[in-house]
Amino acid sequence: MLRLQARAEPSRWWVYASPLLALLVTVLLGVALFLLLGKDPVRGLAVFFWEPLRSGYALGELVVKATPLLLIALGLAVAFRSNVWNIGAEGQYVMGAVAASGVALLAEPGGSKWIVLPLLLAGTFGGMVWGGLTAWLRDRFNANEILVSLMLVYVAVQVLGYMVFGPWKDPNGYNFPQTQMFEAATKIPRLFASSRMHIGVLIAVVGAALVWVFLFRTRAGFAQQVGGIAPAAARYAGFSSRSALWTAMLVSGGFAGLAGALEVAGPIGQLTPYLPAGYGFAAIIVAFVGRLHPGGLILSSLLMSMFYIGGELAQSRLGLPQSLTGVFQGLLLFSLLACDTLIHYRVVRSKPRAALASAAGAH
Amino acid sequence: MDAVTLQSYALLIAATLNAGTVLGLAALGLLINERAGIVNLGAEGMMLCAALAGFAAVVHTGSDVAGFLAGALAGGLMATIFGVLVIWLNTNQHATGLALSLFGGGFSAFAGTSYVQEKMPERSSFAIPYLSDIPFLGSALFKQHPLVYATIAFTAALAWFLWRTRAGLVLRSVGESPESAHALGYPVRRIRFASVVAGGVLCGLAGAYISIVYTPLWVEGMVAGKGWIALALTTFASWRPVRVMLGACLFGGVTMLQFHLQGAGVEVPSQLLSMLPYLATIIVLVLISRNPAWIRINMPASLGKPFQP
Amino acid sequence: MTDLQLRSLLKLAVIGAAASMVMVGCGKKEQPPAPAPAAEAPAPKPEPLKIAFAYVGPVGDGGWTFAHDNARKALEKEFGDKITTSIAENVPESADAERVIRDMASQGNKVIFGTTFGYMETMMKLAPEFKDVKFEHATGYKTAENMRTYDSRTYEGAYMNGVIAGAMTKSNIIGVVASKPIPEVIRNINSFTMGAQSVNPKIKTKVVWVNDWFNPPKETEAATSLINAGADVLMQNTDSPAVLKTAEEKGKRAFGWDSDMTAYGPKAHLASAVINWAPYYIKATKDALEGTWTTGGVWWGVKEGAIDVVSIAEDVPAETKAKVDAIKAGLKDGSFSIWKGPLVDNTGKTQLKKDEVADDKFLSGVMFYVKGVDGKVPK
Repeated sequence: MLRLQARAEPSRWWVYASPLLALLVTVLLGVALFLLLGKDPVRGLAVFFWEPLRSGYALGELVVKATPLLLIALGLAVAFRSNVWNIGAEGQYVMGAVAASGVALLAEPGGSKWIVLPLLLAGTFGGMVWGGLTAWLRDRFNANEILVSLMLVYVAVQVLGYMVFGPWKDPNGYNFPQTQMFEAATKIPRLFASSRMHIGVLIAVVGAALVWVFLFRTRAGFAQQVGGIAPAAARYAGFSSRSALWTAMLVSGGFAGLAGALEVAGPIGQLTPYLPAGYGFAAIIVAFVGRLHPGGLILSSLLMSMFYIGGELAQSRLGLPQSLTGVFQGLLLFSLLACDTLIHYRVVRSKPRAALASAAGAH
Repeated sequence: MDAVTLQSYALLIAATLNAGTVLGLAALGLLINERAGIVNLGAEGMMLCAALAGFAAVVHTGSDVAGFLAGALAGGLMATIFGVLVIWLNTNQHATGLALSLFGGGFSAFAGTSYVQEKMPERSSFAIPYLSDIPFLGSALFKQHPLVYATIAFTAALAWFLWRTRAGLVLRSVGESPESAHALGYPVRRIRFASVVAGGVLCGLAGAYISIVYTPLWVEGMVAGKGWIALALTTFASWRPVRVMLGACLFGGVTMLQFHLQGAGVEVPSQLLSMLPYLATIIVLVLISRNPAWIRINMPASLGKPFQP
Repeated sequence: MTDLQLRSLLKLAVIGAAASMVMVGCGKKEQPPAPAPAAEAPAPKPEPLKIAFAYVGPVGDGGWTFAHDNARKALEKEFGDKITTSIAENVPESADAERVIRDMASQGNKVIFGTTFGYMETMMKLAPEFKDVKFEHATGYKTAENMRTYDSRTYEGAYMNGVIAGAMTKSNIIGVVASKPIPEVIRNINSFTMGAQSVNPKIKTKVVWVNDWFNPPKETEAATSLINAGADVLMQNTDSPAVLKTAEEKGKRAFGWDSDMTAYGPKAHLASAVINWAPYYIKATKDALEGTWTTGGVWWGVKEGAIDVVSIAEDVPAETKAKVDAIKAGLKDGSFSIWKGPLVDNTGKTQLKKDEVADDKFLSGVMFYVKGVDGKVPK
């Protein structure tokens, strides 16, 4: 019978073969799914993996969608590596967007483009405040951060609703719940005229580099992660678990808030109740598939973005239901988690139980 | 207080019990696997798939019992996948649970597209004879679906099981220290697996209840976050069955209260009212967790940690 | 992860991507080459007009989107092979809508119907980029050279529902499960109330806000709380049959909305206020096919066949049914106006003077409750 045996040290080969195997498993399951639905599997795969790469515009859209995912995932990588489970990034994203909208609404028509800077800072700050709230409740009251951050997501969505239905409602908008369109000056500068890509991409890449430096080249980053892996050792070495908690929540909250600010002042251009798009939760998958490593996150955010866009195209081109995206994303994460086992364990044939028990002898 | 207002309070209590059963049943299931040391963040996904399975079963067979069985089966199946990954392949519990939720959400939406327009045979209403005729209490307490009473009975049974039986003691000790339990010769991984599956079955029943009784139709995402709230409930009820049910009813009550207040013409912004259940959860969570010693005493010590013999 | 591992991962990712692209590329080659044209080719048939629909919800919602899709099917029946239609459902009212609608426009669709308010800014943005595409936007208010709006006078259906409700209620409390506090919904609440008052001046209306267009569990809870508060006839402005089902379970009555919902609650169902988008879709398609398309905006009601109240229950008294028919006739020939003064709101302020008829501008901005509705309009 087969069982798992721990390896002496993690298998280097499987570290990079595992995601590939997981992707392959997902693709195979996808093919089976397409066949079950009576659709041409090759065309189905083309829609998911080829169409989103086909033209300059398509690549631009891929990047536009990947940017918020990457930003949030970077923050989550820091948090998860510290064993701080911030599940509420969606709420921090929303609050960042709300804060940024507050600044955007102050803009005058024809005002200076430099308003973008305080706008992004406000968004980052808004996300940090919301993340900090979770940190405070855990620090002061020991409240579990998973549940608190999750509950705060629902609260954030209601705050958003209140603002767009009430104080910030567009006075000329026939009472529809949304703010006015933001002044042109607040629009996040684009990289190219022909695409919706904006400087958020650059910020994300720079952010990835900074996170990499922090995690792998600074003492603070090291202390942060040790607290996550071995709390007792961390305490012995004098690394504060308290500062690790706050750093984790503020960094992940800040990144999420920044993503929210970029989305609301970039592709959307106004604050609407439809802002929460689930990026905060999708970023969790991105973080894991990217192995919580900035380089991996860049790749996994693009992959996840491809799934999203492919799912949309599968709808309009192939008539497949939109929920297929969620299925693929979940399958990918499952496969990855299963395949990752092979990094730390190998599969061996073992003797039947009875023989083992007698070999082990009496305790 | 006039008869209409009195009656409306009775009905509010009834609605609270109804809403509380959904949360409570799922939370009790999660309590079982958390007592063994496994946290299953996939509750939402399991409940969604079970809701679809239950609904589909009733549509095809016309039998509510078949629907509940299908829901329980769906929940158990998903929990099995989770259990194999987490217990035998030692994958990260949080990530695997999240994957289960996300996959369950997508899969139920996907498989359910053809069921959105379907209707079940006419729903029956329930009332305990004689008891339901008592003024006020009758409407408040005795006109519920049988599963509501079963859940209350189960709460008591679970409390008795955990603290008064040997099997319950073993379960709790596996949750406190799997290493010690293993040293004593108990099949830790099998016990944990059984608890995960049991948790899945109960979440499945709760999910089926949503689509068969609570809102008798199918629409994607209809569980609407109740799985996550059930997870919160186990923590803030300190992993004790009776407190879980009380918490579930509290939460259900606050949810119904916001609509009751709106209907009564109370002038608070509706978004603030909608926030109430979640704020209430946070507040209670904070109050419960304030004392770290309390948490240490109550939380199963090995919760979330992998075990590899 | 070390740098070596990262580089290897990158290499393998590139290889993986390349592999899948090769696989797909091979698949493409297998498509049969275009057949060589015959020697005497028949006169080419005109290319069918490609029409696309963007839906905010699922076709299976049994309400709003379902009504649009039914109209689309009627369109196919009417025009046969002169047109082809395609749909995208669950397109969120957010930045993603731009990608979907842009894709529709780039795929050769010449008429695009955006069936919800939230697509307005997106369509306004895309209209100048795709000048040869006609953008039709439902329930909005911005137009462009190649974009126009269309909407339906749902308040007419709400009024007729009210007439039936006023006749059927025994507790004199009627309830509305409302979605979001925008003028359209408030107008419907008011029209429902005014219709009921016209046959039963004693009624009171209670309103509960779900803050969502489509959320069956919340709609159920809202309906339950209205029933608990004493309402025995319910109307909804939300998109699912949950309210009707709840009424069915609790032995109360309710109305279907947007589509005929009789099947969801046969005992509870009093009538359904339906929207029939087919007359407008047929007109719009005709305009596009014949080249008579001009920008503007229409707001159609019973007169144009866009609104109706159907499947009125057996036990509604004959005189009430007759009144509803008379209202329909009056709306069709213009002799009857629902929003006609004197009209007082529930704070005592006069909104319409005696015999004053509200114009469309007034109706678009209604943000007050008429007398008889409990509570304040949420800000």
